[in-house]
Amino acid sequence: MGAGGTLHAPASAPTRHSRPAPTHPGAWWLWALSLGTAATRTTNPLLLALLITVSAYVVITRRPHAPWSRSYGAFVKLALAVLLIRLLFTTILGSPIPGTHTLLTLPEVPLPHWAQGIRLGGPVTAEGLAFALYDAMKLATLLICVGAANALANPARLLKSLPGALYEMGVAVVVALTFAPNLIADVQRLRAARRLRGRPDRGVRGLLQVGLPVLEGALERSVALAAAMDARGYGRTARVPAPVRRTTAALTLGGLLGICAGTYGLLTAAGGTYGIPVLVAGVAAALGGLWLGGRRTVRTRYRPDRWDARAWLVTASGVAVAALLFLAAARDPAALHPGVVPLTAPTLPLWPAAAVLLGLLPAFVTSAPENTMGTPVKEPS
Amino acid sequence: MIHFEDVSVTYDGAAEPTVSHVDFEVPEGELVLLAGPSGVGKSTVLGAVGGLVPHFTGGTLSGRVTVAGRDTRTHKPRELADVVGTVGQDPLSHFVTDTVEDELAYGMESLGLAPDVMRRRVEETLDLLGLAALRSRPIATLSGGQQQRVAIGSVLTPHPDVLVLDEPTSALDPAAAEEVLAVLQRLVHDLGTTVLMAEHRLERVIQYADQVVLLPAPGAAPVLGAPADVMAVSPVYPPVVGLGRLADWSPLPLTIRDARRRAAPLRERLSTREIPDHTPPSAAQLPAPPALRPAPARWWRRNSQTTSPTTPTPTPYAAEVRSLAVRRGGVQALRHVGLTVSPGETVALMGRNGAGKSTLLSALVGLVEPSAGSVRAGDAVPHRTAPRDLVRRVGLVPQEPRDLLYADTVAAECVAADRDADAPSGTCRALLTELLPGVTDDTHPRDLSEGQRLTLALSVVLTAHPPLLLLDEPTRGLDYAAKSRLTGILRGLAAEGHAIVLATHDVELAAELAHRVVLLAEGEVIADGPAADVVVTSPSYAPQVAKILSPLKWLTVTQVREALT
Repeated sequence: MGAGGTLHAPASAPTRHSRPAPTHPGAWWLWALSLGTAATRTTNPLLLALLITVSAYVVITRRPHAPWSRSYGAFVKLALAVLLIRLLFTTILGSPIPGTHTLLTLPEVPLPHWAQGIRLGGPVTAEGLAFALYDAMKLATLLICVGAANALANPARLLKSLPGALYEMGVAVVVALTFAPNLIADVQRLRAARRLRGRPDRGVRGLLQVGLPVLEGALERSVALAAAMDARGYGRTARVPAPVRRTTAALTLGGLLGICAGTYGLLTAAGGTYGIPVLVAGVAAALGGLWLGGRRTVRTRYRPDRWDARAWLVTASGVAVAALLFLAAARDPAALHPGVVPLTAPTLPLWPAAAVLLGLLPAFVTSAPENTMGTPVKEPS
Repeated sequence: MIHFEDVSVTYDGAAEPTVSHVDFEVPEGELVLLAGPSGVGKSTVLGAVGGLVPHFTGGTLSGRVTVAGRDTRTHKPRELADVVGTVGQDPLSHFVTDTVEDELAYGMESLGLAPDVMRRRVEETLDLLGLAALRSRPIATLSGGQQQRVAIGSVLTPHPDVLVLDEPTSALDPAAAEEVLAVLQRLVHDLGTTVLMAEHRLERVIQYADQVVLLPAPGAAPVLGAPADVMAVSPVYPPVVGLGRLADWSPLPLTIRDARRRAAPLRERLSTREIPDHTPPSAAQLPAPPALRPAPARWWRRNSQTTSPTTPTPTPYAAEVRSLAVRRGGVQALRHVGLTVSPGETVALMGRNGAGKSTLLSALVGLVEPSAGSVRAGDAVPHRTAPRDLVRRVGLVPQEPRDLLYADTVAAECVAADRDADAPSGTCRALLTELLPGVTDDTHPRDLSEGQRLTLALSVVLTAHPPLLLLDEPTRGLDYAAKSRLTGILRGLAAEGHAIVLATHDVELAAELAHRVVLLAEGEVIADGPAADVVVTSPSYAPQVAKILSPLKWLTVTQVREALT
């Protein structure tokens, strides 16, 4: 964390043309997913809250000012919804956790005999609620971590790091990603237009009636985009000698077959001996096919994201949190899973908490985002 | 550089060719303007240059198109990508990536240029187009003019020999249009790029053209020549040419500067005449709209005053806005805006892209809720009035008229409009027949031309007979003929007593129609006054006639014609 001192360089050197090299999007994803993995190892609400705080701090200080970064809020809301729904279900449907601290008793709805396993209403115990809360918090933390990755790394840039042969697939995904916001904007615009016709602009019917025009619009836009991409050279291929082409096809197909056969072997009891070698060979052949296939594309990459020391540090901090929590879960499971029967107040185990704090490292080693939207940019005339 | 040899294009399912016997040549390093009324196949000709017609659109192309020696018959669009850069009408549907810098690099990446070359060209293009400050901005956050420049930049980086642009300035405010045109001028003059573009707003582009290719009518053979010669015979021409034709200037002036040099005698003749009066006539009062029903209760809304949307005092204004402020998505779109519109008055809202014109119109139809201040449309508070009642007080034709149309035939659309407005059946159809004779019942709204679609949307809105009529950017994509038809319709409506507010970039339309012009900048009203007073003094918003005849306050060719005859 002592590396913080180097951070001030961009602020003191006002060179407009050098964008501070953004951290590799892959590193952010690995960091966030590692925090998420760490969250699966514990149900201690204090530790989970600490994990959420750590990821939120990094997001707030390091997310770029771009439209996709706003998805963090949506993920937080989703996580809250998960939490609430889980608690609501426990309250209404009861909980398998035996408890003695009854908070309130809901009137129980008698159900017919064929629904015997289900209970509707009845006593709500503190233990049941606590268990549900801990469990839901685990899931919520996981969601928030994914949201953090979305906010910190532009998903489109991550797809740019795909190998050449998969590039076209990557573009398809990028285009789909940019179309979703457009589609939502279309729905909003057309629903507003319904109001202009004197029809109610809310409600399900309104949504259904604009469905067709919205789809038409999306289709037209896709065709326009496809034309624009074609006119800009998308899909140009280099001439590849026929033998190389055939080898590519053979390797890819063979590889996929190998992977299928290997997986089958691993899953059936009889194939334990040949499963692993076939799988490995299949993966190797498929990778070879991908690599050879990459020779068909003439594309080059403009300023690819570099996997630099910072990316390593970011990844390492995330992986360290996950690894240490795995270790802690193995050595001291009681601290990471506070008991609900009997109900005890959870305590913050000291060294797992310190381990979680390691996840803050990216907030200090990566560069602060450029302010690209906040200040009104003067129009050059 | 571009050769068209006897080219005809017939789309699948069409009985007649869209363009036929197009035969012309664009020499290297020239800026050639493709002009003509709507529907003559300008976009088809442009598409044929980049090979998108017929490779992408389908249809049959006979004859031959060659670009830089490459035949488009044997070269697909992607194989022409290094010699032709094409920018379509809507820059937003052109973008593949999401930031400016990546977008500029995209074309070069597809062509497989070396990374150091790409880096150098991106920097050069950023400087050339004045985009350096925006380099890492997400494209969605840019203004219209900036997006158009990014779109042009994105096809410039592979250094194409030919640039093809379809309506590059139609959606832009006057200042942003000049920005884009200055860039094109620079490309032609400094880099020797050949530019072929189509544009409806000839007043903006004609002075930059080296040659004009005129498609006079659908299926007619093109006329190619020097701009002044072609304009002398063209069915579409800018006001400066109109004035020149009226005054019998020869050769025709194409720029304000040339026209002013000739205009001294005309100015002298006109200085003694009276400018035809444009002030609102004492408007016939429209029948009062039926009483408001209470808005449907929305229990989740905390404002309790929902129940009384009307105020007892009747207002003399068709629209009344008092110190209105609107926040939209964290941006202060309007602040402290005041505006009143009387019945029979036509008001033009002007200002940059993003100045808040559309937001103001949206507030008047209750699409956005004010964060402070008050809005009244007649006796209703728009955002608290049920849509069914509101349509009889205020109608808005949105920027994209298609948004208003849901049905798949014109007849069904009209029936739906009658039902929505509680009007006697046949009202909408009668209006449409009056405004746009010759549209059959079974036409699909999508198959109408831009101008026809606008008129259909206008008829739908007018079915409810709203005293206040709002139009957002009505002349986008309209040719001069459609525009003058629209002008006639709107004049008639104003004379009947409708109050009209139009948000527009089209200074010529505002000059023709508006009694009053309101200029908006950054969500504030910066000028509000009679059209002649406001626009004549503004360099960007003055119509061409005003520029030529200033300091006299003549605004349109029609006025001059009336005064001289």
